[in-house]
Amino acid sequence: MKIHEYQAKSILARFGVPVPRGEVVLKKDEARAAAQRLGTKVVVVKAQIHAGGRGKAGGVKLAKSPDEAASLAEHMIGMKLITPQTGAEGRIVRRLLIEEGLDIQREIYLSILVDRASGMPVFMASTAGGMEIEEVAKERPEAILREPISPATGLLAFQARKLAFGLGFAADTVNAAVPFFQSLYRAFIETDASLVEINPCVVTRDGRLVALDAKVNFDDNALYRHPDYNDLRDLDEETPLEVEASKFKLNYIKLDGNVGCMVNGAGLAMATMDIIKLTGGSPANFLDVGGGASEEQVKNAFRILLSDPNVRGVFVNIFGGILRCDVLASGVVNAAKELKIKVPVVVRMEGTNVEQGQEILRSSGFNFTVANGMKDGAEKIVRLAGGSR
Amino acid sequence: MSVLVDKSTRLIVQGITGREGSFHAHQMIEYGTRVVAGVTPGKGGTTHLDVPVFNTVTGAVRETGANVSVIFVPPPFAADAILEGADAALPLVICITEGIPALDMVRAAAALENSKTRLIGPNCPGIISPGKCKIGIMPGSIHKEGHVGVVSRSGTLTYEAVDQLTRLGIGQSTCIGIGGDPIIGTTFLDAVRMFNEDPETRAIVMIGEIGGNAEEIAAQYIKKSVKKPVVGFIAGQTAPPGRRMGHAGAIISGGQGTAADKYKAMQAAGIHTVHSPADIGSTIAKLIGKSAGKSSSKAKSRLKSSAKKAAKRGKR
Repeated sequence: MKIHEYQAKSILARFGVPVPRGEVVLKKDEARAAAQRLGTKVVVVKAQIHAGGRGKAGGVKLAKSPDEAASLAEHMIGMKLITPQTGAEGRIVRRLLIEEGLDIQREIYLSILVDRASGMPVFMASTAGGMEIEEVAKERPEAILREPISPATGLLAFQARKLAFGLGFAADTVNAAVPFFQSLYRAFIETDASLVEINPCVVTRDGRLVALDAKVNFDDNALYRHPDYNDLRDLDEETPLEVEASKFKLNYIKLDGNVGCMVNGAGLAMATMDIIKLTGGSPANFLDVGGGASEEQVKNAFRILLSDPNVRGVFVNIFGGILRCDVLASGVVNAAKELKIKVPVVVRMEGTNVEQGQEILRSSGFNFTVANGMKDGAEKIVRLAGGSR
Repeated sequence: MSVLVDKSTRLIVQGITGREGSFHAHQMIEYGTRVVAGVTPGKGGTTHLDVPVFNTVTGAVRETGANVSVIFVPPPFAADAILEGADAALPLVICITEGIPALDMVRAAAALENSKTRLIGPNCPGIISPGKCKIGIMPGSIHKEGHVGVVSRSGTLTYEAVDQLTRLGIGQSTCIGIGGDPIIGTTFLDAVRMFNEDPETRAIVMIGEIGGNAEEIAAQYIKKSVKKPVVGFIAGQTAPPGRRMGHAGAIISGGQGTAADKYKAMQAAGIHTVHSPADIGSTIAKLIGKSAGKSSSKAKSRLKSSAKKAAKRGKR
């Protein structure tokens, strides 16, 4: 789960991580008032969207007066911000963070995430603050410091010092960095984060260390431990169909193609997208109905993937293990009845109760195309959806 | 033969009285797996599906001599269940549960470092040695006893591959679902190494996914040490970066873990890669001939000749 920068900063501040003073505003007058209250010579106006790359796209601006902050706010609120991470459709800016300007001496990069290979959290730091870490990793991998952290001990002071000296900090900055880094680690653990990233973290001329930007992603699997995070969710930042799918515990990701896919299991769902592409078509979505889907879920899955206006055909590819083929078939037939499905539907079923499932499809009165295997199914749906030319 | 589980396996089902645990315990018993105990705290002393239920894993091991456990408990309690299995010194624990918080697994993985327990999963279909022992949620009927080892991060995609093999008359020695999470116990490398050392496994199918670099690590080992034919497929060739494709571990992040990188590593290791999931079975068939799954004569001579080659290499 993603949250906004201002939310991330308020969480980090609670753990003792220094962040700039700032206020969230929704209107131009609020922006002026906030700038006045901050009282610094310069304030920063930052668009709040769930995507990085805002600065280059015009989503972060400096204002030298409260009036300028107001006029920038007027321009930015409601604007569509297109960054490499938003895709071509971009994101509408609905909130701004107005922050005090700081006298910056240098910028560094900090992050904590779980390293898959070692199975441990790793603290990463780099002198290349403000740069995309992926770029740094590619061009100057030696510039990234990595400190694996034992879950039993947490980030120890000597590890924090190692990182701080590695970044070339002077002795008094090291003294500030140790509690900063340890607070950051505590925030990572206690919020069940999957990623905490400070890019950049800045050293000010008066020697303070401040999180100028902040990104915190939560582990979806641990959200049950933090019911209060539900209030942090911003549905405007999510694709409407994905929000709808999540209500029914369906795993749906919208893509750009025209073949709707309904599959059980994440691996098979990805492989189904792959084979559609190989056959010359283009998948409209990833959809995993899960291992133990009910008739109702199958019906909702159908409704959701058909709400995508680009869908010209649907490929149902189910390998019934726990999910029985008769349950699936009933769900498909009910969906067809209720939703008056007009696009061609190709059904490939295998596994538990496949005969009963096929009988339900045959006697339904609908003109479903039955496929014999994945390859056959992909070829049929791509032809019917007019994707292969 | 097979790896990890066979007819001598004596299984505990942790969470046997729950809906999932109960359903699959029944399926496993039907298949012929020796389910000797169940564990549900508070229900010790009762029986379920004619299987004695215990309060603790240690108690179940002491009373029944169980040597493997499978976990069906809900995500908030699953990491604890894994460590309870390890505390009872079980050599093998298989965790089916999906949705365990990553930091729970970080702590569990650290604790397992100092134990003798091998973990399979979590978020996996389990392990099956066809005709001998089924532990997990896979449909037993699609499997066939034979000589191909299958290892995969996925559930239903593994069934798809196994089904293709069985339809071609090619049986499997053991199929291991290692799970779709970022932190898992048994890795591709572990599974491939076991298949390589198992004399009855004559070919290997490796089904990977986008995310992480476990496939690449296994490919390095295969390049160096595996003479048996290996067929590889990676799911998610068309997946967009930055999105979690269902499995918590299936995500391309920071330009790492792409299908293209994995295919490149597998090809460099001499693995027979397929880009269509529909070609997994037929590619194995081409490599080993249909007979390898049925009788063993041809495959044995194959083994001999590869042993001779290996000896030659050794001399040089």
